[in-house]
Amino acid sequence: MNDAIWAGTVAISGHADAELEAYLARPLGDQARGGVVVIHHMPGYDTGTQEIVRRFAANGYAAILPNLYSREGAGVSPDDQAAAARAKGGVPDEQLVGDVRAAAAHLNTLDHANGKIGVIGYCSGGRQSFLAACSLQIDAAVDCYGAFVVNEPPEQFPLKATPLLSKAADLSCPLLGLFGEDDTYPGPEEVGVLDAELDKLGKEHEFHIYPDAGHAFFSVDRPAYRPAAAVDGWKRIFDFYGRHLSA
Amino acid sequence: MCTYITEKIELDGAGKGGTGWFTLSEGAVYVDHPYHACHEHTVNIDFTNPAEGPSARVAVELTEESALALIAAIQKALSSAPPGLASAHH
Repeated sequence: MNDAIWAGTVAISGHADAELEAYLARPLGDQARGGVVVIHHMPGYDTGTQEIVRRFAANGYAAILPNLYSREGAGVSPDDQAAAARAKGGVPDEQLVGDVRAAAAHLNTLDHANGKIGVIGYCSGGRQSFLAACSLQIDAAVDCYGAFVVNEPPEQFPLKATPLLSKAADLSCPLLGLFGEDDTYPGPEEVGVLDAELDKLGKEHEFHIYPDAGHAFFSVDRPAYRPAAAVDGWKRIFDFYGRHLSA
Repeated sequence: MCTYITEKIELDGAGKGGTGWFTLSEGAVYVDHPYHACHEHTVNIDFTNPAEGPSARVAVELTEESALALIAAIQKALSSAPPGLASAHH
């Protein structure tokens, strides 16, 4: 068995041909494999999310994390990029879709790619994972506590985020949703509305709302970390991708 | 939760960031997850100058108690100085 992986920074051409920094991790073995596009949370392209990318590679996937804030300047630290992107109102939806399309295309150019693509996103990236899956041909999407898929953001909300429920009919793949019961963005009620809408549309999906967990329960370096929810969540992610991203 | 809410202000002054001193032109205040502080949520304040790029930034992440203490300290310091002494129009 060859369980070695390669991980490091690559450059890809994103939406409107913008050069994006991206973190790629892939197995060194020669088995055919699916690809996973990881969408970072609002605090940006951080080491915690890069660790998630390596975890996918260690489990047999080629995974890529495009730095959605690359346009804030090369050589700028990720936290400064995140603050600048936030001050500008965040990442426009159209740009996000273009960046995910480019990241998925890059994965499909790699040796041993089987052509299957999963997306996963956390926090604001959870909403963006759903957006990508409603806008592009994806094979399996995971939404980790993404808010504003159903509800309007609060009035003072500075980001250009609009609800996505009207796009649900275009969902191109099965969706796995992982949420915390104590979260308010999205709260269990908002998750329930999405669940009902996908039922109505006959879209394959599987939602889990974990007790004793709030927002960001996968974040191992934050007080929000909830081991029970995160351990079960990871198990469900790999089971889900195992079913939908094999050739 | 992510509150996302950002209060923006114009600033006139200077700050010292990772690349040295720079002129401040803007500030942003938001209650959200911190980048570095080991708390679930903090009051985050960015002192910036967007014209000089994203690295022209001084960031602080404070607990609610610390932020309120800071406000009180600023008000106390200003009230014990002659009115207008630190004004841009002085």
